[in-house]
Amino acid sequence: MKIQQLITSALVAAAIGLTGMSANAADTIKIGEINHYKRMAAFAGPYKNGIELGLQEINDAGGVLGKPLEFIYRDDQGKPGEAVKIAEELMTREEAVMLTGTILSHVGLAISSYAAEKKHLYLASEPLADSLVWEKGNEYTFRLRSSTYMQAAMLAEEAAKTDAKTYATIAPNYAYGKDAVAAFKKALTALKPEVEFVTEQWPALFKIDAGAEVQAIERAKPDAIYNVTFGGDLAKFVREGTTRGLFEGRHAYGLLTGEPEYLEPLADEAPVGWVVTGYPWYDLTDESNKAFVDAYQAKYEEGPKIGSLVGYMTAQSIAAGITKAGSTDTDAMIAAFKGLEVDTPVGKITFRGQDHQSTMGAFVGTVALKDGAGVLVDWKYKDGADYLPSDEEVKKLRPAAE
Amino acid sequence: MGLFVAQVLTGLANAAALFLVASGLSLIFGVTRIVNFAHGSFYMLGAFIGYSLMQVLPGMFGFWASVVLAGLAVGVIGVIVEICVLRPVYKAPELFQLVATFGVILVIQDLALLTWGADDVLGPRAPGLKGIVRIMDEPVPKYDLALIAITPFILFGLWYLIARTRVGILVRAATQDREMVGALGVNQAWLFTGVFFLGATLAGLGGAIQLPKGGADLLMDFNILAAIFVVVVIGGMGSLPGAYVAAVLISVLNVFGVTYLPQSTLVLMFVVMAVVLMIKPYGLFGREEVAGEHGQVGEPERPIKPAGIKVRVLVAVGILLLALLPVFGSSFSQVLTADVIIFCLFAASLHFILGLGGLVSFGHAAYFGGGAYVAALLVSYLQTPMEIAFLLAPVGAGFAAFIIGWLCMRLTGVYFAMLTLAFAQLLWSLVYQWGEFTGGDDGLVDIWPSEWLNSTTPYYYFTLVFGIGGILLLRHVAHSPFGYALRASRDSARQAEATGINTKRVQWLAFTFAGAVAGLSGALFVFSKGSVFPTELEVARSFDALIVIFLGGVKTLSGAIVGGASLEYAKDFLTRFEYWRLTLGLIIIFVVILAPEGISGTLRKLAERIGIMKDPDSNHSKIRNPAVNAKAHTRENTRENTREDP
Amino acid sequence: MNIILDVRNLSKSFHGLQAVDFVNFEVREGELLALIGPNGAGKSTCFNMLMGQLKPTTGEVFFQGENLVGKYPRQIWRKGVGRTFQITGTYSSMTVVENVQMALMSHRRRIFSIFPYAHKIYKEEAISYLDMVGLADQAERHCAILAYGDLKRLELAIALCHKPTLLLMDEPTAGMAPTERESVMQLTADIVKDQNISVLFTEHDMDVVFGHAHRILVLNRGKLIANGSVDEIRNNPLVQEVYLGGGNLFEVAS
Repeated sequence: MKIQQLITSALVAAAIGLTGMSANAADTIKIGEINHYKRMAAFAGPYKNGIELGLQEINDAGGVLGKPLEFIYRDDQGKPGEAVKIAEELMTREEAVMLTGTILSHVGLAISSYAAEKKHLYLASEPLADSLVWEKGNEYTFRLRSSTYMQAAMLAEEAAKTDAKTYATIAPNYAYGKDAVAAFKKALTALKPEVEFVTEQWPALFKIDAGAEVQAIERAKPDAIYNVTFGGDLAKFVREGTTRGLFEGRHAYGLLTGEPEYLEPLADEAPVGWVVTGYPWYDLTDESNKAFVDAYQAKYEEGPKIGSLVGYMTAQSIAAGITKAGSTDTDAMIAAFKGLEVDTPVGKITFRGQDHQSTMGAFVGTVALKDGAGVLVDWKYKDGADYLPSDEEVKKLRPAAE
Repeated sequence: MGLFVAQVLTGLANAAALFLVASGLSLIFGVTRIVNFAHGSFYMLGAFIGYSLMQVLPGMFGFWASVVLAGLAVGVIGVIVEICVLRPVYKAPELFQLVATFGVILVIQDLALLTWGADDVLGPRAPGLKGIVRIMDEPVPKYDLALIAITPFILFGLWYLIARTRVGILVRAATQDREMVGALGVNQAWLFTGVFFLGATLAGLGGAIQLPKGGADLLMDFNILAAIFVVVVIGGMGSLPGAYVAAVLISVLNVFGVTYLPQSTLVLMFVVMAVVLMIKPYGLFGREEVAGEHGQVGEPERPIKPAGIKVRVLVAVGILLLALLPVFGSSFSQVLTADVIIFCLFAASLHFILGLGGLVSFGHAAYFGGGAYVAALLVSYLQTPMEIAFLLAPVGAGFAAFIIGWLCMRLTGVYFAMLTLAFAQLLWSLVYQWGEFTGGDDGLVDIWPSEWLNSTTPYYYFTLVFGIGGILLLRHVAHSPFGYALRASRDSARQAEATGINTKRVQWLAFTFAGAVAGLSGALFVFSKGSVFPTELEVARSFDALIVIFLGGVKTLSGAIVGGASLEYAKDFLTRFEYWRLTLGLIIIFVVILAPEGISGTLRKLAERIGIMKDPDSNHSKIRNPAVNAKAHTRENTRENTREDP
Repeated sequence: MNIILDVRNLSKSFHGLQAVDFVNFEVREGELLALIGPNGAGKSTCFNMLMGQLKPTTGEVFFQGENLVGKYPRQIWRKGVGRTFQITGTYSSMTVVENVQMALMSHRRRIFSIFPYAHKIYKEEAISYLDMVGLADQAERHCAILAYGDLKRLELAIALCHKPTLLLMDEPTAGMAPTERESVMQLTADIVKDQNISVLFTEHDMDVVFGHAHRILVLNRGKLIANGSVDEIRNNPLVQEVYLGGGNLFEVAS
């Protein structure tokens, strides 16, 4: 302990104390939004844009419970410990009524545990980990985006339609990758017991050695390839694989590969013929989807990403939840979120009571090239509700929440 | 057979960029003794600048011109960094410059984001080299062959430059004896600048040349950092052929690892590094460390004395103020202050071995995260009561430090630092990969304290007692005979050994003790956050502690605490703004330049000058040339290291 | 007179080069024995083997009947052999008196103790040693700002404080002004006489050697070429041959 530190602490403490005391009566409803705005800038940016668009529409229509809805955005540097600290600040000092946000699953899990302990509501918008609502699910956490399991099951359904028997998988070596491979295997084997997984590749996240991975897969001579890599890893893998002819005469399935975040940087090297989950915003014609896309393009002069859609739906879901609850009391909001139905660009979604997972689905289609850019063709929107396990199974998967 | 050849070729091609970047780092370290954390940033800039140039320069000529120009542009950026940021701090304590380079990383991250936007870019393919050739029926990309062919030329060019030209002779001389080069009438400052230019150019070239195999993104600076450090260390610091051999070794092994041990991708590199360092402590081609040992460059450290009555009263008042925080502060101010105390305890534990022992650990997070995981695993699997788990955490972390310390103790200086890093990474990858047991990167959640502590204010007091208690304990031990023996072992291991002190044992126990205290801070952390993830074992966590020690003042006892508190509060404030990394980076750079002895050290000097504090020995200005002094110290240590064990 | 140190067939070769070549000598109780020889004669190698820093290729070193070969420097120190260095090795971050206290703490085996304040223990005793070498008035100064001659004195104080039977001094007056050399050597001679310590020292300054040594060993190219009293050495033609290839070096020097 040194004098300087004491002075610093005292000053900061005093400053914090003062602002704490002068907190004014809430004339807006505040939502604490925590994200990795710097660390994952490419994904968090469009997501925030989506929220802003949603908020604008909500507040133009009179807000929620007669008050404007406001998001307070905070950067957690991608660190779970930091996120928990910020969550505390948002809930106590900023007087937020609930928490939302995060892309990285582990940060989402940290906030989820915090929320349950301190009895705050947390809507996990983007993190995909299955355990967030199942194995480590709790009463206070809901999740919007369709999970790893759901999206993998959608791809497995497509894969089962082909005559491919031997599969290779490649996934980043961390929980998301492992979940995604396990879910795909489970779903595909259920549909088609004779398939065989001949090799599993686990490159370190964002450190892929693409040439070596391609050689290793080629060596196993699979009929089909299931890819979970994304971002820079995906770009390298696709380029090396295409150059070395890995994908010739093979089926390939890509989780998230069709999302604009990942497909756009590939430009004319997009992996043509892959069956992927994604977001074909350029191709959407139905009223609700089109309205969102148009509004987004008008506001930001670029196409929405999947993050934009999730951000927009986050704002919508929160507004709908609070409206249904009729107050910002946590218990009331939780009760409201259970079974909450929200009209979104992709249609009506429901936050399931049994596991707090929304039924938001995903677009599944085939990658093709159009004007030098990768697009999804022959796509279909698959409703998430059809790809979730049965209620009994969910009960078993969700021990902690009971 | 065909596959085998193709795999070796893939490894060789992968080695190209790695070698370029690592050789630059190695050169810079060899000559300037600066551990340049910002080297990954130079690599990233090379990729982005190369990408932008390739958009405007067409054809095959344009492609290769872009690669070269990108390298040169990054070289110029390196020169700017060297002149503006590093030159003012060469006289500061050893390794202090790494704080400055850390500031540079932050600044470059935000500037790159501003310039190129957040989206990843895919590198253009090399015109004329898009296809493959079949070698023994295996497809090999033409560009891979180009890379394999180019790298030896660059190695040869560098070798020629270093071995056959006058500049090179000076550079080589400087890697061995800096003062001597100065004595020969060479302008050392410009030599350093030149080397920085060369090193940064190589990093930029590495970034640009890998574009056809990947692209550019904002995470690539950190992603390559660990790998290039591994290459430099395995090859031997300052050795160019070493960097090449190590880059090839790592890359080729990695290719086979991918095929035959696909789960090994995280650990392989660090296992190789640990094995090499344990067999050849100075790397494959490295010479025994000459300088860079004990943080003794610059003014020698001052004697320490336990706090006088005035300071004790002030500290007591400070603790009282902290104890009263729940009365006048908000709930969040308690959470924030608890976080700061936990971090300060962690940093102080590293400072104990770094400052008093001269043991630079780059892997101290292993014990912080280790302690957190011990507690979390006990709670998760054995339903251990929180109080017992909390007390066992430092024991577990101390045990880890005991084992790792034993393995690392035979090395010194930067090589010691690198081996601690290797073991910390091994621990990290173990936790990360052993998902069934540790939860992998999904971590362990719901690790909350017992009922009586489980709200903000009680836990704040709990943190206050153990956090401040731990810091005071560290300080007390610093003043005890053990603390003195640790300093003696650092100041002159030869004299200490010749007067009956088993210096290695003293250092080993100090390392264990520091690990245990770090484990205590980890335990405080895990119960305050309710969860733990592998991020707490990451390199970044280790570096956080390292940075604040230097920022606060490595040669003062309070450095870690002053630095830790300042940085944590500053971060808490700044992260509310959009370009906080830029701001924080600039602030760090300014502090580094204005206060080369750290915040605490510089404030003390200032206080002495204006007469608030008394200089205990007013003759300090008469110190014999400190550089010569430090040199005598390092010489002495070198000599000792050559001693054969009976 | 009792034999304190008995060196038998001591040799050391580095990659085939015979640095020390089967040297035999002994140190007797209470004597000041000088080991001299031109640069590269093997003096330092010899010293480092005696003190455990180098392992001899062959030979034994018996200290009071016990073989020291294979022991670490710190173990040899505990047997009662003190040492000072050619280039001083003091603890530059401590005060002068703390340097001596450190050696006392080690001597009393208290270095792993974490409870007491180190700067308080054995302080008076440490000052008494400083007093012995004339540094008592500088006890509280920062070691790093001491003059070089004073550092040599401090090292002597450190070496004395575990009450050694034998003191090995590697060029005790190296790097000092000529006037200071004489006074430091005289001081050493007085102390060791007073405390009945035997001394083996190397030295370049022949004034110091001839002024204080009781007996002299001459080493050349690893071989012991002469062993005798001051007068014997002074008049030994072989020694004169070695130094400057003839001529009466010692007359010139003195």
